[in-house]
Amino acid sequence: MWTRILLTGVGVGVLAALHRPLIRGFDQVLAWMDGFFEGVRGKRWRDTPLALFLLSPVLVILGTFGIAPLFYAVYLSLFNFKRAPRPFIALDNYTRALTEPDFWKSLLVTVYYVIGTIPVTMVVSFLIASLLFRIGRGRGFFRTVYFLPYITAVVAAATVWAALLHPQDGPVNAMLEWLGWEPQAWLLESRGVLWVISNGRIGADVGPSLALCCIMLFEIWHSSGFMVVIFLAGLTAIPRDLEDAARIDGAGWWQATRAVTLPILSPTLFFLLVVSTIKAFQAFNSFYAMTGNGRGPQNTTQNLTVYIYANFYEFGRIGYGAAVATLLAIGIVVMTAVQWRVAGRRVHYE
Amino acid sequence: MMRKAATYALLTAGALVTAFPFVWMIATALKSETEALAAGLDIFPERPMWGNFVVMFREAPQFGTYFYNSFLVAFSVTAAVIVTATVAGYAFARLEFPGRNLLFSLVLATMMVPFEVTLIPNFMLINALGWKDTYLALIVPWCANAFSIFLLRQAFMGLPAEFFDAAKVDGCGHLRFLLWIATPLVKPAAVTVGLFAFLGSYNSLMWPLVVTDSDKMRVVQVGLTLFSSDEGVRLNMLMCAAAVVILPTLALYFAAQRYFLESAISAGIKG
Repeated sequence: MWTRILLTGVGVGVLAALHRPLIRGFDQVLAWMDGFFEGVRGKRWRDTPLALFLLSPVLVILGTFGIAPLFYAVYLSLFNFKRAPRPFIALDNYTRALTEPDFWKSLLVTVYYVIGTIPVTMVVSFLIASLLFRIGRGRGFFRTVYFLPYITAVVAAATVWAALLHPQDGPVNAMLEWLGWEPQAWLLESRGVLWVISNGRIGADVGPSLALCCIMLFEIWHSSGFMVVIFLAGLTAIPRDLEDAARIDGAGWWQATRAVTLPILSPTLFFLLVVSTIKAFQAFNSFYAMTGNGRGPQNTTQNLTVYIYANFYEFGRIGYGAAVATLLAIGIVVMTAVQWRVAGRRVHYE
Repeated sequence: MMRKAATYALLTAGALVTAFPFVWMIATALKSETEALAAGLDIFPERPMWGNFVVMFREAPQFGTYFYNSFLVAFSVTAAVIVTATVAGYAFARLEFPGRNLLFSLVLATMMVPFEVTLIPNFMLINALGWKDTYLALIVPWCANAFSIFLLRQAFMGLPAEFFDAAKVDGCGHLRFLLWIATPLVKPAAVTVGLFAFLGSYNSLMWPLVVTDSDKMRVVQVGLTLFSSDEGVRLNMLMCAAAVVILPTLALYFAAQRYFLESAISAGIKG
């Protein structure tokens, strides 16, 4: 390893020593290429040769790893890829998925996760941003603190959370015991959060498991900072006189927020809603890192993404995994379209 | 006055809750083994043991390799993304060619495709190319992305057209204009794109998990999950590892913060 680092250092040094003639040479190459592209520039195709040249890396990479695989995934999902002759089985993978209880359970976990994280994250970050907006001194400091979780690697942060929530050694349980409350198994608890809160009066299999709720809480903690920064930027851009006018007319904070601030922020709200819904459907890292395999106790944290990963990578069911992934993609597209139709209409652009 | 105090009190409470996992991580990383295991409310170590970080690297030397891999991959991806997004963003913003808008929408459409759908075909493609367990598999698929192209296109479109006209009069073609004049002007967008590319690459887990299997090709995120699922690992060592993994992203964020906030703000407002 050290020799590699040393070689890299030597390489950088040589480059630094020669950079002036290199830059001059490079400029001449560019000038020659500019001349060439100016020469082939036609009336009908205009800048096409140069555009192709500049776009080629992007087109090759996005085409190969972004667009082609999409079609290939649909193709794969039509085969039973597990057995040797790999027979064509048309839509059997899809009907199997739709009749498989595990698929529906994973879908339910994903839905719980989406509903449990996004509204809370948006409300919490909006409140934090509103508070931050009201202060002058220390705004940058607080903003940085709230933003810290977002730039932290999910895996590392999840490792810390798993240790905090450790049933025996974790400080959270130590805190509960100190307060005289019952310690919990947290990430190892497959029973429902409602069961825990209601002291067993609500069935243990109703609602998301406590383990899943821990992951949701982690996600809220992890992604609020991003929304705070965006909300704060939106709030700063609102002309002060609008809110002042509402205040003079006797509106309280909530009234002014509802009548003035939220409508003006609606494009920002909508953007955050769409982006975070797509992200929530694709969540994997926090599930994997907090539970060790993503599935959690009694598979109660197995969302669709973990389900796809497990089927494909652990059990080698490539065709089936591709079918579930295609269903997930369709679900995301439908979800986004619904949001555009329902919420998008209420978005208020100046 | 009361209201101001209440605002600060609420913000401080929120900040304490937000920062608590970090504080606890660092504090535990500096504890001795017995202190770390004595579960309790004593968050801070009796005597900070900074040597723990050295011990961690000595006991788990594979982390050196993990870091080398992660940095190599993340820096390559970052450099490549900045280059591809800059040239493509410029082409979409300033060049005239038939089908430009169609092509641009196609690029944007790739943003909607969930990663999981392309995971399986891409894994098979990597296998077919013979790239399994190589740096190429970790780097090449991530060298371009729609969001970066979009951000730089917006930045280039924001430049006044007179700049280009003036350069043209002086005999400066597209490529030289792009490199020497336009790119320095879109630095905030380019830095933001670079920061996101670095974070995305450095923090990724599922792709490296799938395309690498030898220990010498592991990246830190995969290494950390392996390390934490290891039964014998001690809590203070685990927290040392987590802290060391987090450190580079924090350093990078503080270095790039100024540019990042500038363009995040404009992106957020425009939606």
